[in-house]
Amino acid sequence: MPTIPVDKEDLYKLLGRSYTTEEFDELCFDFGLELDEDTTDDCQGDERPQLKIEVPANRYDMLCIEGIAQALNEFLGNVEPPKYTLNPAKPVTSLTIKESTLPIRQYAASAILRNVTFDERTYDSFIAFQDKLHTNLCRNRTLVAIGTHDLDTLTPPFTYEALAPEDIKFKPLNQDKEMNGHELMEFYEKDKNLGKYLHIIRDSPVYPVMLDANRTVASMPPIINSDHSKITLNTKNVWIDVTGTDKTKTEVVIEQIVAMFSRYCKTPFEIEPLDIISEHNNESRITPNIAPRVAQAEISYINSCLGLDYSGEEISKLLKKMALEASQSKEDKDLIDVKVPITRSDVLHQCDIMEDAAIAYGYNNLTKTKPKGESLVAAPLPINKVADILRLASAQAGYLEVMPLTLCSHDENFKFLRQSDDGTKAVKLANPKTIEYQVVRTTLLPGILKTIKENRKHSLPIKVFESGDIVLKNPKLERKAFNQRNWCAIYAGKTSGFEYVQGLLGKIMQTMRTEWLENPKENKGRGYWIEEDKDNATFFPGRGAKIFFRAHEGGEDQHIGALGVLHPEVMTSFEIPYAASSVEINAEVFL
Amino acid sequence: MNKIVGYKVEKGPKFALEIVSLETDITSDMIVNNTWKDAEFKPYNFNSEGVYPPSGALHPLNKVREEFRQIFFSMGFTEMPSNQYVESGFWNFDTLFVPQQHPARDLQDTFYLKDPVEAGLPEDKEYWDRTRQVHESGKYGSIGYRYPWKGEESLRMVLRTHTTAISSAMLYQLAKDPKPIRLFSIDRVFRNEAVDATHLAEFHQVEGVIAGYDITLGDLIGFMEDFFGKMGVNGLRFKAAYNPYTEPSLEIFAYHKGLGKWVEIGNSGMFRPEMLETMGLPKNLRVLGWGLSLERPTMIKYGVSNIRELLGHKVSLDFVESNPAARLDEDLV
Repeated sequence: MPTIPVDKEDLYKLLGRSYTTEEFDELCFDFGLELDEDTTDDCQGDERPQLKIEVPANRYDMLCIEGIAQALNEFLGNVEPPKYTLNPAKPVTSLTIKESTLPIRQYAASAILRNVTFDERTYDSFIAFQDKLHTNLCRNRTLVAIGTHDLDTLTPPFTYEALAPEDIKFKPLNQDKEMNGHELMEFYEKDKNLGKYLHIIRDSPVYPVMLDANRTVASMPPIINSDHSKITLNTKNVWIDVTGTDKTKTEVVIEQIVAMFSRYCKTPFEIEPLDIISEHNNESRITPNIAPRVAQAEISYINSCLGLDYSGEEISKLLKKMALEASQSKEDKDLIDVKVPITRSDVLHQCDIMEDAAIAYGYNNLTKTKPKGESLVAAPLPINKVADILRLASAQAGYLEVMPLTLCSHDENFKFLRQSDDGTKAVKLANPKTIEYQVVRTTLLPGILKTIKENRKHSLPIKVFESGDIVLKNPKLERKAFNQRNWCAIYAGKTSGFEYVQGLLGKIMQTMRTEWLENPKENKGRGYWIEEDKDNATFFPGRGAKIFFRAHEGGEDQHIGALGVLHPEVMTSFEIPYAASSVEINAEVFL
Repeated sequence: MNKIVGYKVEKGPKFALEIVSLETDITSDMIVNNTWKDAEFKPYNFNSEGVYPPSGALHPLNKVREEFRQIFFSMGFTEMPSNQYVESGFWNFDTLFVPQQHPARDLQDTFYLKDPVEAGLPEDKEYWDRTRQVHESGKYGSIGYRYPWKGEESLRMVLRTHTTAISSAMLYQLAKDPKPIRLFSIDRVFRNEAVDATHLAEFHQVEGVIAGYDITLGDLIGFMEDFFGKMGVNGLRFKAAYNPYTEPSLEIFAYHKGLGKWVEIGNSGMFRPEMLETMGLPKNLRVLGWGLSLERPTMIKYGVSNIRELLGHKVSLDFVESNPAARLDEDLV
């Protein structure tokens, strides 16, 4: 959730009263905001106290103090939602989108705010709002980018084109040297604010650019505006350009900006539209579209979800607190018509309207009820039940349960265990932040060995176990991999303790009603046995074995795991100064 | 100068001509031979702990997990097959109506796989198409997110970021035979986060799902009070929040006496119709869901300040060995 710092005094002035921190915290809670911090006590000198407010990630209108105050004032019933108007009703100027932008950034929208009066803090809020939009809705400018300009420095109409970098020449914002597209890329490469956006267009043969009628560069989206058209505190007329790769979000952004900042125009909430001419992709239209979207919601649905019995009128009253203007529909008694203003791009379905009614009613005022009681029979997941039996038996046998992570390094899962990766088993991660998380384990050994390493000062012998999931690839499955529940135990100490893990295996098998078969070729019943395994390099030569299991009389012999004395190189790789033996089996055979 | 020191020796009350050795313990020999009668015993030091039995132990976090499981079982919940860490973007995000440009799908937050790199198409091609439509152009009364939905994005392999991927698959199954149901899971989830005292790349999510006809928001709140009441947590408050797959979404807060403030203890909500109706569930079969991490309440309850002391290979075996029983309803304050 984005956190918005707002000037405390300004906000309380906008709300028409002041609040104690506790009171304001309550108000936030009721509306669905979170007061993160009140900086009053930490302010030094003439610093102004701020409130840091967390807003819901889909309320883009609340990414600035203007929007927070607007929404809270409507919630409190202090003000009516603003009525936005277009003046002139028909655009007198235009922005023409050239086909050259198609491969790089094809959508654009625009608007003008006339006779704006900013003071220092409203100006800062205007800039900060663009930043917040850029990082949230605009996904770090990849989807949408905003440029704002002093209209009086430019000559409309405007064009939006894509040109070869060497053909774009302008002085970027707050610089004194003119540069071309390539030079700009080099210049901003190390810039900690802008450097992270360069990749969006850098490798494209053409860069997007906003030009006025004299071909003066206004901006090179999504990187930077020109110094020529920069806005200042004294700017009277603001031209806004919005460009994007996402059509819907491009519209949302231009609408949110004018919705929030047209209040500073000489005639508040008056916006000048532009003709967007974009014939090649059929996107010619007038922006911004300030008309509310009309949605409908079922009265019975809202009542049923909230456990209420409200009339359409009563629900409309609730919705008014949430910026939604609703009225009984003429076509159907069970419907209300809801005008969704441009500030509320988060409303997609009648469930969003139902939620607003719930917030306005107050979640904590709803009558608490119980879900109607169908008597439902509970059951554990079968493999969890098996694993619990193994876990209890292991603990009763004196072993300690450990819970390492399932992610580990490639070396820990293979090389340290003296195994090679044939590429058929392990799932590999594409973007881990550290080498600790390269693969999902295919055996429980690495995690348990790492736990022993960290606990090497513990009294000896160290006897530990885990029952957990490993993940194995299977190209035939939709998800291409599956979990397998394993059980594994290790004995580590001054001696290898092979006979102890062998005995523990016996105890586990006894618990699972599985006896040891001395002669499995003759005795064809249920049971287990072990056979020397000369090929398992994890174990010391001559000290490793395979574990076999047969589920029932005449059943198939299944190779279910391994036990043995861990090879000294394994112990060295995991930096454990002891001898050790391990046993690991697939627990799913007991299902 | 010489110094002369003199001693005077007298018979004490226990004077004897033979040395009596004091016995430390009664032995079986003494009992068989009746010699205990003449034996003298050393006094016991009762101000001591005795010898602890050699013993194994279950992991503290798993003990808390078991407490949660028993609460779920007592309320009629069946455990979901959450043993599937690897998911496609489709099941982990798209089926939950999480748009493809959502920040949760960033490389910064989600572990993507390089092997295997691409999931198979879901068997139900129509469901796949309906999912595309509901994102791209809207359906079931929703205007949708209105962006070009990409099949290949949906087939990218991920480590699941929440167990809700499993709930989604279960609800899809439910749509074939819709009826009221209660499900839960407690299992691992994966986030590509920077590791610190409260964050690990893996942790456990506790998740519950209730499906019922015409179920209400009041039912959700009433149920949460019962559920958390079984853990000894009473007096909940609910705050509106945003979550892409639930609407309304409610954050659950409880007052923490020790910290002297309200703390968030979980998230809950009603799954969106865009998710449920796409699966084919009837419109009035509503589904409530809620979740919390297993580690956080454990850390708060038992005063563990670093998650790495609770999960992972750095957990101390002494901690495992000496940890008392977990009783969530036990008042520790």
